Amino acid sequence: MLDKNGIARRIAQEIRSGWYVNLGIGIPTLVANFIPEGMEVEFQSENGILGMGPFPFDGEEDADLINAGKQTITAMPGAVFFDSAASFAMIRGQHVQLTVLGAMEVSATGDIANWKIPGKMVKGMGGAMDLVASAENIIVAMMHTNRAGESKLLPACSLPLTGVACVRRVVTNLAIMDIRDGAFHLLELAPGVTAEEVAAATAGKLVIPDHVPEMQFN
Amino acid sequence: MAISKVVKDVGAACAGIEDGMTLMLGGFGLCGIPECSIAELVRLGVKDLTCISNNAGVDDFGLGLLLQERQIRKMISSYVGENDEFERQMLSGELEVDLIPQGSLAERCRAGGAGIPAFFTPAGYGTEVAEGKEVREFNGKPHILETALTADFAFVKAWKGDTAGNLIFKATARNFNPMMAMAGKITIAEVEELVPLGILDPNSIHTPGIYVQRIFQGSHYDKRIEQRTVRTQTASND
Repeated sequence: MLDKNGIARRIAQEIRSGWYVNLGIGIPTLVANFIPEGMEVEFQSENGILGMGPFPFDGEEDADLINAGKQTITAMPGAVFFDSAASFAMIRGQHVQLTVLGAMEVSATGDIANWKIPGKMVKGMGGAMDLVASAENIIVAMMHTNRAGESKLLPACSLPLTGVACVRRVVTNLAIMDIRDGAFHLLELAPGVTAEEVAAATAGKLVIPDHVPEMQFN
Repeated sequence: MAISKVVKDVGAACAGIEDGMTLMLGGFGLCGIPECSIAELVRLGVKDLTCISNNAGVDDFGLGLLLQERQIRKMISSYVGENDEFERQMLSGELEVDLIPQGSLAERCRAGGAGIPAFFTPAGYGTEVAEGKEVREFNGKPHILETALTADFAFVKAWKGDTAGNLIFKATARNFNPMMAMAGKITIAEVEELVPLGILDPNSIHTPGIYVQRIFQGSHYDKRIEQRTVRTQTASND
């Protein structure tokens, strides 16, 4: 089974040289820590930066330089700042190759819910609806079950939707799954996890091929 | 000769603001917010405001200060997760809230300033954001119609500005400020450094002064950091 860093590390292996990538808040933010040295990748944060660098050293933080999670960051050489309209033009215009974001629920048809629990929690969708409606390549990074132990991979989302039929791939602490034809298709298992365990934790339809390899970490 | 937009202080800048008006306020989280103007709005005590701003501040700073005083009737935002008082007022029904996707918010402000009454976007299709909105298919994909936003007053915060109202923002403090400057009937710019004409490079202006009606030099900027995150000197890249 993977921890949050393990999920991020596995997703980092999906990134290709030459890509612009938008990382959401939470586990997705960790993905940047696992990009191999020398790979040409630029991180976009929708509040207005391309070329986001690591967190600043203590004492070097700048209140005017933050990411979409409101964390202090640095800018890499070659970075650029822009306004919010330009930022979402990049996103809607499909100039960003990969979006990684978290979710409360994902359905077997690729719907995603991550912004509201009616009557309890309303944080807002932020940029998530724009991102999922436009991105060609969306990976959801999340734990397979919620704190109550219930599956977050469902036949249909029960919470208000963020986007419809948009998620292609889900990476959890248990497995990697692709979404197509109304089902989760098991691709890889986390170390020490069996297909039966994934099936037990997946409420939506799960297709298990004859042979499912274990995730490899380089 | 250039048209001067300079007013002597924040009090003069805020002349004419009345109860029930619609205001836009730039900023993302607490980054690039018009701190001095918000303090003046609290002092003025104007109420029943509709505030258009990406976020609602935190409990004791930014727009949270106006929420504490119950000066806001309606908020139009994309993300409000950092403010407990906001969430309490919203869930209890005291505060009317219109949550809209961040990119749609930015584009609706831009459209409002650019004379575009409405536009189609894929963001929010199939969600509750799309309820009651016209849907049309373009290139085989459904889009929803979003209308432009304008405001009686727009408040923006810039790093540097000149007396003609030309503005330069710093780093990610730019965010919503340029579009909101365009969409205000009266746009008030507060700047960290107000300089004479001819100092700012015309090639480097982010917001042309034509969008700014009043400009003043701000003071005592707090520039609070919401999520101070650092790495240790020994770590390589975390």
